[in-house]
Amino acid sequence: MSAMQKDIISTFKELKRILKKDAGSFPCLKVALLGDTATQFLAAAIKGTAVERGYNLNFFEAEYNQVERQFMDTASELYAFRADYIIVFQSAHKLLSNYNKQQSEKQSLLADERLEFVRQTGNSFSGRLIYFNYPEIDDTVFGSFSNKVESSFTYQVRKLNYELMNLSRQYPNLFICDIAALQHQFGRNVMFDSSVYIGTEMVLSLDILPYMASRVMDIVCAAQGQFKKCLILDLDNTIWGGVIGDDGTENIQLGHGLGIGKAFTEFQQWIKKLKNRGIIIAVCSKNNEETAKEPFIKHPDMVLKLDDISVFMANWENKADNIRQIQSVLNIGFDSMVFLDDNPFERSIVRENIPEITIPELPEDPGDYLEYLYSLNLFETVSYSKADADRTRQYQTEAQRASLQKVFANESDFLKSLNMVSEVKGFDPFNIPRAAQLSQRSNQFNLRTVRYTEADVKRLSADDRYKNFTFTLSDKFGDNGLICVVILEKQDEETLFIDTWFMSCRVLKRGMENFTLNTIMEYAKANGFKKIIGEYIETPKNKMVKEHYQNLGFTPVSDSERELYVLEAGKYESMECFIKTIK
Amino acid sequence: MKKSEILAKVQGIFIDVLDNEEIKLTDETTADDVDEWDSLSHIQLVVTIEKQLRIKFTSKEILFWKNVGEMIDCIAIKLENA
Repeated sequence: MSAMQKDIISTFKELKRILKKDAGSFPCLKVALLGDTATQFLAAAIKGTAVERGYNLNFFEAEYNQVERQFMDTASELYAFRADYIIVFQSAHKLLSNYNKQQSEKQSLLADERLEFVRQTGNSFSGRLIYFNYPEIDDTVFGSFSNKVESSFTYQVRKLNYELMNLSRQYPNLFICDIAALQHQFGRNVMFDSSVYIGTEMVLSLDILPYMASRVMDIVCAAQGQFKKCLILDLDNTIWGGVIGDDGTENIQLGHGLGIGKAFTEFQQWIKKLKNRGIIIAVCSKNNEETAKEPFIKHPDMVLKLDDISVFMANWENKADNIRQIQSVLNIGFDSMVFLDDNPFERSIVRENIPEITIPELPEDPGDYLEYLYSLNLFETVSYSKADADRTRQYQTEAQRASLQKVFANESDFLKSLNMVSEVKGFDPFNIPRAAQLSQRSNQFNLRTVRYTEADVKRLSADDRYKNFTFTLSDKFGDNGLICVVILEKQDEETLFIDTWFMSCRVLKRGMENFTLNTIMEYAKANGFKKIIGEYIETPKNKMVKEHYQNLGFTPVSDSERELYVLEAGKYESMECFIKTIK
Repeated sequence: MKKSEILAKVQGIFIDVLDNEEIKLTDETTADDVDEWDSLSHIQLVVTIEKQLRIKFTSKEILFWKNVGEMIDCIAIKLENA
């Protein structure tokens, strides 16, 4: 394990120490852990990692080997606990010992039986279920021939892992924590330690525990809306070998063939895949802009093109300032950014100035970059939709809009010139994935920050007590897709409560708030509602909308401990905006 | 390595792993004498000693030391044979 560097992943000892810190001021999450082997170390590692990530876990650890009982018995402690997240660790070790006890006819059913159990648990809980898949144990009873034998353990474990993926596609609240991938990364000798197993009944080594816990918390954090959206890259010796200003485009190391060039090519291919998945790519380099861009335009082996880069900062200013500039264009939190730079000095300057950014300690040898970054799993997500892939283009057009704005003397003329059109709809099968995703992602323009999963949104769309609106926005530069969601709760015949109002920050300052409120009030008037109530719930990230309801003409409700605001439908006059509707 | 050196090294590991500066080990010390030393932290101690001294205990050894002295004896033999 000496190759594992201490930076983003702590050691188990450090995690235990962190546990002694007071995490009382952190947001609290209710998490249950059930295992078929002893789980004390895993529990400690998860709790410690949670504190590192700014969460205080209210933790329920079931007695050893009670997984089935806790799930099947609706009077169990697990049901009473009402967890936000239930983590289930059924080990490959125990699976193997079940297998060993069975007749060979039944051994072929091992995977199916386990899948049936997971399916039942997936059905019985409203919270999110995090289920570990199974790292392989090769018992070599059949040797490689096990690939042809359905009743072999290897065959059954691989089938189980494959079918778990399919199951998790059916159940939006079931998340597979891929510890089989961890074993592939680090090897069985690192994953399992016989001293620990013999001494404690635990099947994980102390070295792998922090990585396990990190994988679990990656999923939890992503589901809580905390995940990486942007990758900022240095250029020289980070995405190509050599210094462009000194060596020139033809002499930088890049491309297949003998030597280090292929490491950079493969590194760029990885970045391109992230970009295609929806991660925003930005460049921050100490170079003349023209020089820095030359390889992107001229070098035949460059995988990344200028089109892939949303914001390109190449100058001689300090990198912390440049990254602040990138942040202001993209309008996303520093904690959702990753910065990669081969130079330890630059890394430490940025880290000191902007501590929220994630800055991996890249290995000295560029040949090791990828494997090291794989081990950190920086880009966990809990959703993926086609709209993600368009994100780069959207940020690029945002830059174009910004330059057009300078041409117009006043804002109204500018907004009119954009020819904005919004499609207003309820939830439907096509927009539900994106609506749920935006619910997870929106931090700043989010009035109550209630996170809805796909399953939640489906439920809401079928519930008469709610009226839902989704909004798209397109203009002459391009289509932003679905950018705003409003969920109205019909509290009684006269009162509508704005349960949810969130919007993508990409479309700020376009009059979209006015347009949205006009839509809400039109619906209210047409359906006889007299009062609209809005609420602001403060989070560390949504100060932007603290004055939202006052700015729109709502009146604060004085006799409430909550921050409630009310608007009378009768007195409402449509607000000015330059967005046309399609319904 | 002399047994006294091993003891000093092991004591350092106990202090670090159990996060308690006050720990003083002798040959006669048992798990009952150290608050934080339970069956779980025992494994943490064992794994840390293995790593730092580059030795490997057998599963049987780990479970049957009566006191620190026996542990040190066991380490001394392993270091000699290494």
